[in-house]
Amino acid sequence: MLATLLRSLILGLAKFITGARAHGEFSFEQNSKPTLYYANHTSHGDFVLLWATLPAHIRQQTRPVAGADYWGKTPLRRFIIHQVFNGVLIARDGNTSGDSPLTPLFDALNQGDSLIFFPEGTRNLTDADLLPFKSGLFYLTQQHPSLILQPVWITNLNRAMPKGYPLPLPLLCTLNFGPRFCVAPKTNKAATIEFATTALTALQQDTPT
Amino acid sequence: MNQTTLLLFAGLGAFLLLATLIGQFLAWKQGKTGVIDNLNQRIYAWWLMVIVLGVAFAAGKYAVILLFLGISFYALREFLTLLPTRRGDYWALLVAFYVALPVQYFLIAIDWYGLFSIFIPVYVFLLLPILASIGGDTHHFLERTAKVQWGLMIAVYCISSVPALLTLEISGYEGRNLLLIAWLILVVQLSDVFQYVCGKLLGKHKVAPSLSPSKTLEGLVGGVFLATLVGGALYWITPFSFSEALIIALIVNALGFAGGLVMSAIKRDRGVKDWGAMIQGHGGMLDRIDSVCFAAPVYFHIIRYFWT
Repeated sequence: MLATLLRSLILGLAKFITGARAHGEFSFEQNSKPTLYYANHTSHGDFVLLWATLPAHIRQQTRPVAGADYWGKTPLRRFIIHQVFNGVLIARDGNTSGDSPLTPLFDALNQGDSLIFFPEGTRNLTDADLLPFKSGLFYLTQQHPSLILQPVWITNLNRAMPKGYPLPLPLLCTLNFGPRFCVAPKTNKAATIEFATTALTALQQDTPT
Repeated sequence: MNQTTLLLFAGLGAFLLLATLIGQFLAWKQGKTGVIDNLNQRIYAWWLMVIVLGVAFAAGKYAVILLFLGISFYALREFLTLLPTRRGDYWALLVAFYVALPVQYFLIAIDWYGLFSIFIPVYVFLLLPILASIGGDTHHFLERTAKVQWGLMIAVYCISSVPALLTLEISGYEGRNLLLIAWLILVVQLSDVFQYVCGKLLGKHKVAPSLSPSKTLEGLVGGVFLATLVGGALYWITPFSFSEALIIALIVNALGFAGGLVMSAIKRDRGVKDWGAMIQGHGGMLDRIDSVCFAAPVYFHIIRYFWT
């Protein structure tokens, strides 16, 4: 109840403040297979915004992937990420156990859930458009050859919600959805990462700024 | 609302009804073509504008001030979104959105002419570069500061001149100031429409091909001429005489046209066609209001100087 209320509030606020608009190719019809929505990462609000622009029935089965080091820290954060956003936590560093840190993601995909994923692994606070992708995206496509990849370029959110400042600025943000694709079987790591990176950066030029 | 206002809005409603019928008839007869689709979208958006303005007029002075506060907010956000500001501009942008914008409209609501006329041009003008220098980023410093200031001038200061018309005390015209707003918006927006129509029907010679390829000399002359005639014909809702109304209509229409050119130049420079995608067929708020931005402050000061 509280979680539902909080969810509507956060989604409504995110949409109003950023005027979030989705552009490009986003047909949400054929949706039986798990989809990996992957995007550039410049702000904590990225996944909220991406989540908010998805239609409600897609959103219900789409779970944001978030860093356990940040979101697992306090009870409030844990409540928000689990109850409000139905997120999947991932250990980003200090992986001491034998399991792959991606195991929770594999489980979610096996259940038929879709994921929101930031392949840069951390927020990009540099002047570069995109940080080099970590290998997580490759291992996900290895484990799930039928996984549909949906690149989304998020513009302006780093200006609307800059790191370390208290209040968001009501600047307009756009989310540019590119053509979805699958990675052919036996594609090697470098080629997979390069293809996914190119597909994402190509959307940057198309984004109306 | 008084009798004149009701009459004006009834006339607008009748006119739009006629336009809607013609638009639907054309769509039914010719099928879906780009031009007719665009025409019908424009008519629909006009309904929206007239209804929103009508509701605000009916609700009174403070509703009109709030309406233009909202218009300024959308215009400012469209303008600043297109600017390449940096992290160091955070506090300047914060003040622009959360302080300068509401304070300007608050000053109009409490009728403090001495401050609302200089608040953004003087105080905010000095404050913004101070805040930007605290940001510590010297890269394109003057350019960034100037752009934020310019956005505030256009989207907040200039647009706020419209509700500021409500603060004017014109003897013999008490209680009718809303009609000053109606006259200005009607004349300037009609000028846009007439320019569009005349340009489409007669346009041959381009006025400013490097700024806006759709603006033609025939459109400009025809549009300004027709809208000026309408402004003159509506002199009975204003404190002006017929000839005064003609002159003022000509001034605001010329300024409105120039405003459209200036805003086109900025869009061109930023590589976009529209400021936003708020109203279907109209682009963003600034695309619709650019001519009013340039016409309103001069209109306000002409009336203030000669009629109060």
